[in-house]
Amino acid sequence: MALDGNAIGGMLLEIFATDMTSAEATCARCGAVRPVAEELVYLRGPGTVVRCRRCTSVLMVISRVRGLNCVDLSGMEALEVKAASD
Amino acid sequence: MTSPVSRGFHRRRGPAGAEAGKLPPGQHATTDFPVLSAGPTPHVPLTEWTFSIRRGGQALRSWTWPEIQGLPAETVTVDIHCVTRWSKLGTVWRGVPVRTLLDQVGYDAPHVLAFSDGGYTTNLPIGDVSDGRAWLAFDYDGQPLAPEHGGPARLLVPHLYFWKSAKWVRGLELLDRDQPGFWENYGYNNYGDPWREQRYAGD
Amino acid sequence: MAGTALRGRLTWRVATVATVADETDHVRTITLDLPDWPGHHAGQHLDVRLTAEDGYSAERSYSIASADGEAVAITVERLDDGEVSPYLTQELRPGDQMEARGPIGNWFTWEPHDGGPLLLIAGGSGVVPLRAILRHHQRTGSNVPARLLYSARSLEDVIYRRELDQYGGSAEVRYTLTRRQPPGWGGFSGRIDDAMLARIAWPASQSPLAFICGPTPFVEAVAELLVARHYPTRRVKTERFGGA
Ligand SMILES: Cc1cc2nc3c(=O)[nH]c(=O)nc-3n(C[C@H](O)[C@H](O)[C@H](O)COP(=O)(O)OP(=O)(O)OC[C@H]3O[C@@H](n4cnc5c(N)ncnc54)[C@H](O)[C@@H]3O)c2cc1C
Ligand SMILES: [Zn+2]
Repeated sequence: MALDGNAIGGMLLEIFATDMTSAEATCARCGAVRPVAEELVYLRGPGTVVRCRRCTSVLMVISRVRGLNCVDLSGMEALEVKAASD
Repeated sequence: MTSPVSRGFHRRRGPAGAEAGKLPPGQHATTDFPVLSAGPTPHVPLTEWTFSIRRGGQALRSWTWPEIQGLPAETVTVDIHCVTRWSKLGTVWRGVPVRTLLDQVGYDAPHVLAFSDGGYTTNLPIGDVSDGRAWLAFDYDGQPLAPEHGGPARLLVPHLYFWKSAKWVRGLELLDRDQPGFWENYGYNNYGDPWREQRYAGD
Repeated sequence: MAGTALRGRLTWRVATVATVADETDHVRTITLDLPDWPGHHAGQHLDVRLTAEDGYSAERSYSIASADGEAVAITVERLDDGEVSPYLTQELRPGDQMEARGPIGNWFTWEPHDGGPLLLIAGGSGVVPLRAILRHHQRTGSNVPARLLYSARSLEDVIYRRELDQYGGSAEVRYTLTRRQPPGWGGFSGRIDDAMLARIAWPASQSPLAFICGPTPFVEAVAELLVARHYPTRRVKTERFGGA
């Protein structure tokens, strides 16, 4: 069962060193713009897959290969980080 | 920093009698059947479902659901090994050997790319699906394969890590040149032999 | 966009269990001693990591149940076939150690300046972050009107009932019991539907801010109902705990 971007907040904070749940993702396929927190997340596979909640196209894939996080963002047209509020 | 031990915490206990020799390196046995998905569960009516063997994007041959059901099927008991480190021993499946399907088209390609509803793909050397060790499986444990586990039909290639056993599989593309599938593209091993612990590219 | 490979920067800290307290038959609140905790926003969560003697480790996320300034607490519901929640709810005792990192997530949070009116909708343990929001609302003396609609199986399954029953004035709490209702039950019964929301949800014209949290199917169903009631998706914040 799919989770949402909140569930990978820790992983993303570890990778990007800033909160990404509030970052705005633009789907490269359908153009939908949404905070990462609200996107579909599949955690239980070999890696983590983030999909567009509107069209289910893959936005982001994170695989942890020998302790190193590899991030593919090619499914997004943009990923806009909001200025930290604190 | 080394992590402190959490007193009394241990991994979910595996089944009693899971002989060590049956587990590839780095795996532990589980009794449940975790659901692993990289996307939403598709629901294709059986009347619209087909399985195709393609080459260059053209179907060489397609089978409808009743046609697949009409082929001689095998019941097999196999151990499955997931790259997320669980193994499930003695699972019982029923399906048509992929060899039977390949034999009906006559093939000469060295590689295949399995493709599924929802866009998932995984690549395999032809030898690993044509030698009787791979099935198009539609029953699990005596029941029709549940959608969350890949039903109506999934590939079953138990001698490789389980991501090669594509859920919701709809066909095989014959390839002259190998082409990485979904996870193979993201750093996972191109072949995925659990006994040689080929988890990641380069293992 | 180009791919990247980076090493981690968020740090795990050692957390020592300070207290454990049962909330219901299968739910327990655990307060943690977390030196150098930087404080948090209501609605955020933390990640917990447990390590077994053989080196095996498991990570899970838990919402922070406490308001900022209080001892950091999590509230865990036991899933009998789960790996981590039975340990946390049955085995763990004061003095035990684990690791925690956080606070995590700036989207599913509420501060008084975010305004409202606030509509909080919880399914089961999904009440945890919404309770933190209500506590924060009270502690900051916010006059933003807030309503919590909390769906639980039975009255005995209601987490934080003593505390929630005390709310009134600017923060109202309503329950719906889906499986079993006590004799003479005056609250809602059954699953949340449009008719229930018609009585609870602020009209879209008041531009309410909604937070929904609970099992994935619950969150999905309620979010759909709110969007059908013309809540803009931007004003419907959701958090899914998974499972069914
Ligand atoms: C942001 C966030 C906040 C959360 N906050 C809370 C909270 O405040 N309180 C709370 O109680 N919970 C919370 N959760 C849920 C929590 O993180 C755990 O998922 C929960 O405690 C269950 O963990 P477990 O180890 O006991 O169960 P697991 O062992 O993870 O099993 C959970 C269920 O999934 C099944 N399962 C097991 N392994 C797999 C697998 N590989 N694939 C698919 N299914 C599997 C099991 O059969 C079981 O039914 C939160 C989750 C998120 C994402
Ligand atoms: Zn999209």
